[in-house]
Amino acid sequence: MEQQLTVLPYQLFILALSVFLGFALISKVPPLLHTPLMSEANAICGIIIVGALIAAGAEADSPFSIVLGTSAVALAAFNVVGGYLVTERMLKMFKKKDPVK
Amino acid sequence: MNLSFLVQLTYIVASVLFAFGLKLLASPVSARRGNQLSALGMLLAVIATLAGHHMIGYQWILLGLVIGSALGAFVAVKAAMTQMPEMVALLHGCGALGSVCVDWVHYLKLQHQPVFVIGSVEAFMLFLSIVIGGLTFTGSLIAWGKLSERIPGRPILFPWQQIVNLLLAGGILLSGVLFLLQPARIDFFYIFLTLSFIFGILLVIPIGGADMPVVISVLNSYSGVVACTTGFVINNTLLIVVGALVGANGIILSVIMCKAMNRSLTNVLFGGFGAAKKKSGVGVKKEVHSASVEDAALILEAAHSVVVAPGYGLAVAQAQHAVRELSQELEKNGAEVRYAIHPVAGRMPGHMNVLLAEANIPYDQLVEMEHINPIMDTVDVCIVIGANDTVNPAALNDKSSPIYGMPIIETFRAKTVFVIKRSMAAGFAGIDNELFYNDNTLMIFGDAKDIVQKLAAEFKNK
Repeated sequence: MEQQLTVLPYQLFILALSVFLGFALISKVPPLLHTPLMSEANAICGIIIVGALIAAGAEADSPFSIVLGTSAVALAAFNVVGGYLVTERMLKMFKKKDPVK
Repeated sequence: MNLSFLVQLTYIVASVLFAFGLKLLASPVSARRGNQLSALGMLLAVIATLAGHHMIGYQWILLGLVIGSALGAFVAVKAAMTQMPEMVALLHGCGALGSVCVDWVHYLKLQHQPVFVIGSVEAFMLFLSIVIGGLTFTGSLIAWGKLSERIPGRPILFPWQQIVNLLLAGGILLSGVLFLLQPARIDFFYIFLTLSFIFGILLVIPIGGADMPVVISVLNSYSGVVACTTGFVINNTLLIVVGALVGANGIILSVIMCKAMNRSLTNVLFGGFGAAKKKSGVGVKKEVHSASVEDAALILEAAHSVVVAPGYGLAVAQAQHAVRELSQELEKNGAEVRYAIHPVAGRMPGHMNVLLAEANIPYDQLVEMEHINPIMDTVDVCIVIGANDTVNPAALNDKSSPIYGMPIIETFRAKTVFVIKRSMAAGFAGIDNELFYNDNTLMIFGDAKDIVQKLAAEFKNK
């Protein structure tokens, strides 16, 4: 508990700055790209894959933990792969007007 | 340098790549590079995690990765652009459930360890993470069901709904407090886990289909918050940073959507709009002017400046490609064609832009509402296709209208307005539209795709 209390202020500090960073970056994204923005957000939300890998890879104390850990990896990978691919697919469609008409 | 230090460094690099990826989304020119950089960041984070931790269950990791990636790739390639809102809702739900699983495993492992002592930060964050994750998961599933029309899109209301919700919230809080006092008691853990699953369902079922853009944005924000709280639970800074970025994203989009509908967030989430108050309608039977396709083509031929105001009805009628053909014909004829995009035209933020981009309409022709309205007086012809409430002048001048105050595309200021519409039925909100009765408005009745194709054909045959 004591260790957590020394880390916590730093984590909150990082959290506060990240929230500001998020607002600054996302308010610059034009409405034109709001749908890809949201699927991009889905994709990076798949960062829980980091936690999922640790959960699935660690020594399991019960079969149930294995099921949970493997599901977590699958769900996170679904987000990562699905999110990035669909964003790429959408962004590919946005084209500028053909100069030769 | 030890391994865990290297892992942390890689995590920092990954966060920077994520942030930079979002920054590049500020322009359609750089957006793809942003997405790729962000994916690179994800790959680095995964490799660092695999290399930096002592792993035993590689077979399970592999199994999960294969199943998840295959399904993700399949859905991402298969999903139609009209299905994008459902897809996003599904991804919100999966992300949230994934976080819940991570928290759950963590708790099962450390349940009896001294980190879970009375009132510890871990126990509190775990509670928060499970509750938000649980309700985001089931809430997203309901949103997915409503958007894909697997369950009815209308608000589902039942007696004592508010009281049931309050009781559930109370139950969650009570079991949470008991859990904080006895963090080793897994029964309390299971109680608030179950209750938050139920709570998520009840929160989303009373919200109507037309409000789903807001719901998706809010759930997006929640899924960020869950990643963030999971970061606190398992002590991972990368999760905290990314969670904050996604959370901010959801908040911004929710606010934009609410402003575009002139409603407060609480009104959308707890109002049960669309179920109630249908106005008795205007008593006086007014007359509309209708036009044939040939008449319309003649007027279009003389037009120098044409604006198309699309609504979701355009996508329902699958008329995007027909519209592009028509606009190409108009351009050959020397007219300038632009598209006026209302923020809520579609089923999620920015949806209409994606639908039109899919039909190869260049994005520099897609103009936001704030930029098209000031020049609307100079427009010769405005073609309204599949839109209704977003072009209803009642929002500007009828104080008694339910949509009064909502920003609209001011199509009525164009010299001539064509409204392509199946019939005189009212829009989503069930409100009569006085635009249809204006002297400069011509109604063209019929299927949107059919009519636009005929209009284009009129030009081709010249």
